[in-house]
Amino acid sequence: MAENVKPRVRVPKTASKDEVITIKTLISHPMESGQRKDKDGKTIPRSIINRFTVEFNGQLVLDSTLEPAISTNPYFEFDAKVPETGEFKFTWYDDDGSIYEDAHQVEVS
Amino acid sequence: MLISRRGVLAASASLAGLALLPMAVRAQDAAAAPVQTADEMIAEFTGGADVTEGDAVKLTAPEIAENGNTVPISVEAAGASEILLIAAENPTPGVAKFSFGPLAAKQAAATRIRLAKTQDVVAIAKLADGSFVRTAANVKVTIGGCGG
Repeated sequence: MAENVKPRVRVPKTASKDEVITIKTLISHPMESGQRKDKDGKTIPRSIINRFTVEFNGQLVLDSTLEPAISTNPYFEFDAKVPETGEFKFTWYDDDGSIYEDAHQVEVS
Repeated sequence: MLISRRGVLAASASLAGLALLPMAVRAQDAAAAPVQTADEMIAEFTGGADVTEGDAVKLTAPEIAENGNTVPISVEAAGASEILLIAAENPTPGVAKFSFGPLAAKQAAATRIRLAKTQDVVAIAKLADGSFVRTAANVKVTIGGCGG
């Protein structure tokens, strides 16, 4: 069970129509790989974020499947097109069923 | 936990290569759980289609990673619908799969990954015409990031 999971997303507040913007996301999460042992020699069970999606006004930007090889505190950087004023929605899916969400509004002037 | 003869052999083989790293013990555990091999993952991704080497997919990774726990990498494949990343020498070879939607400005993504040891990181992109291209980048790892 992951604790203190906190998503951080950097998105520009304004953009011009169809501008390409770079989005950076980071979420604090241990991404326990299921390979490590505790001090008693027992395997620590895998507990990772296994999926990360980004949508803008309901349209898909990026859908990624994550494996244990993704580092602690998963970081992603990618480019998105902004056709109109709207909202980016970021969703992270944890192995334990938790869903972490964040949303950012972008004004198109 | 069941320890198969094969698992023990595999573990001792990796022990020979890895000296005293606790990785060998971990490899043995990984053998107990059903883990897809790199080839199986590639076959599932491509559906058995031919994969050609090409520069339609670009993989940027450091030549030397001092810390295998966070290796910054980025992939780009113009017009690709999906990109699969694999690190075959990791205990679980899968790294990530990116699917790009209509609002992705570039079919590119950057992230940080774990590498257990020096190896080739492989990127396979599914291009717009349905064909698959592959590229690889060798990363030398000083300290393995085997989940630790």
